[in-house]
Amino acid sequence: MAEFTAQASTRDWRETNQRKRLAALLSRTLRTRGAGFGLAVVSIVLLLAIAADLIAPYNPNKMQAAGILASPGAAHLLGTDHIGRDVLSRIIFGARVAVLAGIVSVGFAMTVGVTVGLLAGYLGGLVDDILMRLVDTLWSFPTLVLALAIAASLGPGLINAMIAIGVVFTPAFARLVRGQALSVRERDFVTAARVLGAKPWRIILVHVWPNVTAPVIVQSSLMIAQAIIVEAALSFLGLGIEPPNASWGSMLRQAYQYMDRAPYLSFFPGVAIFVTVLSLNILGDALRLTLDPRLRERGSA
Amino acid sequence: MTQYLLRRVAYFVPVIFLVTVVVFAITLLLPGDPALAFLGEGNIHDEVAYQAMRKELGLDQPVPVQYGLWVARAVQGDLGRSVRTREPVLEGLGARLPVTLQLMAMALAIALLVAIPAGIISAAKPNSKIDGVGTVLAIGGVAIPEFWLGILLIYIFAVWLGWLPPSGYVSPSVGLWPSIRSMLLPAISLGMALNAVTMRQVRSSLIEVLQHEYITTARAKGLAEGALIFRHALKNAMIPVVTVIGLQIGRLFGGSVVVETIFALPGMGRLAADSIFFRDFPMLQGVVLIMAVSVLIANLITDLVYAYLDPRIRYS
Repeated sequence: MAEFTAQASTRDWRETNQRKRLAALLSRTLRTRGAGFGLAVVSIVLLLAIAADLIAPYNPNKMQAAGILASPGAAHLLGTDHIGRDVLSRIIFGARVAVLAGIVSVGFAMTVGVTVGLLAGYLGGLVDDILMRLVDTLWSFPTLVLALAIAASLGPGLINAMIAIGVVFTPAFARLVRGQALSVRERDFVTAARVLGAKPWRIILVHVWPNVTAPVIVQSSLMIAQAIIVEAALSFLGLGIEPPNASWGSMLRQAYQYMDRAPYLSFFPGVAIFVTVLSLNILGDALRLTLDPRLRERGSA
Repeated sequence: MTQYLLRRVAYFVPVIFLVTVVVFAITLLLPGDPALAFLGEGNIHDEVAYQAMRKELGLDQPVPVQYGLWVARAVQGDLGRSVRTREPVLEGLGARLPVTLQLMAMALAIALLVAIPAGIISAAKPNSKIDGVGTVLAIGGVAIPEFWLGILLIYIFAVWLGWLPPSGYVSPSVGLWPSIRSMLLPAISLGMALNAVTMRQVRSSLIEVLQHEYITTARAKGLAEGALIFRHALKNAMIPVVTVIGLQIGRLFGGSVVVETIFALPGMGRLAADSIFFRDFPMLQGVVLIMAVSVLIANLITDLVYAYLDPRIRYS
């Protein structure tokens, strides 16, 4: 991959080649069992998130005429909650929160983690020692506990929750990329570039980075799933999204107090989290199988 | 082995130091004034008492000095007093820790009792129907959030069937069986993800080991498949499983926060959540510190066990 990029003589050739490879990758991924289901669900959740205003049947924060705790029916497909808001509309708007939390927090973790991992893995020595000690420190906190503590010190709100999740997920990317960078550093084409006088930043960007993208992509899709769970957990504990806005986690927080009278309230937001996370995991595994040739040969082992 | 052990422990020390810095920094950033929290509602306008309280808590000192004092006291077992209950933090933690440890031990036991046999069965007949069922359950088990699983279990087994208590804790000193009953649903909620991850790991590493040449030789000599798996393959296949379980200790602590909240268990996780809402800074510091150090120790033990089981690690 890196050899290709480095030797490409014309831009056109490179672009056509990349597009072909991307198409091949996509079709191979979709042939993995369950990947089609995963992609379909993720696409639906994305659509709901983007077009929530158009799709949701009611205003998610407004009390409806049906009153409180109305059972699922024709007017309100998933019923109404303890203050009479339409559950379906709140789940649809909750998709926006989940997608935002997943993408923004993992985007943050990826940017910082990949940078740290590349620097530590390629430069080695003291830089590696210092950076990885810091990474290992964050790594030793239980994810949810550290996210909880950071979110609490930043104050409630979705943005703060996303920062907290991003910080907590950074070590996973840093450790992954450092390991990859360490092994790429010893390869002949990197040595050749170094001997030819390429600057470290150029070697990192042009030679090392393209070789770590595949595991980073796989890791991202799995981490987005985790981020959605952690955001839901923070909101469930009262630290994520602020009322009256809905997150799947905050909906569960309110719902489980009405478990005896309205069990359906606890059911649907949970299904939303479960199915979304499940689909992202399946998609991540399918990508891993496609991108890692060793796994492909071994089948699903 | 000794050299490996020393290297690992030498790495452990600076990380522990940095953990204390992070814990201290987080509580420093928490909104609110600890001195005001200690004074209580009635005395917030009493300037003299306020300054005296700041002095007593060491808040009049520069931040590095505050950190130094905190660490020096912590090393001697003094983590301060709880803002909420006024009890020493260490005593509060001591009362809560057994509950969380019991929950984690039961979650681990349930997870392993299911995961190891299920993983072996899947690996013995890969791509069979039973393996397919195992795979689906494992993928589902990883994706289901602990708090939703807990709510579902309460609804099914407590509200609907009425077999188990919906919440609350019974200490083993009251009775072993009532205690286990009170912890059963929480332990299943907490252990589900661990169960799924372990099952997958047992399956994949056993499949890999079964492809080795020494297994083919044993099979060629006419050894029965059962003896092959249990006498020859399983021991080697369990090496990576140990690591996976060790790495999940942190996840169990994290999960205990939501699980203990749902099931109203008086453990460390619930204490972490409560400390945040009651702005109980010293208690939060204590909980987070104890959890992080426990995870570090668990990781260290995992590494050592791994090195003991797999000689290639300690000599490389």
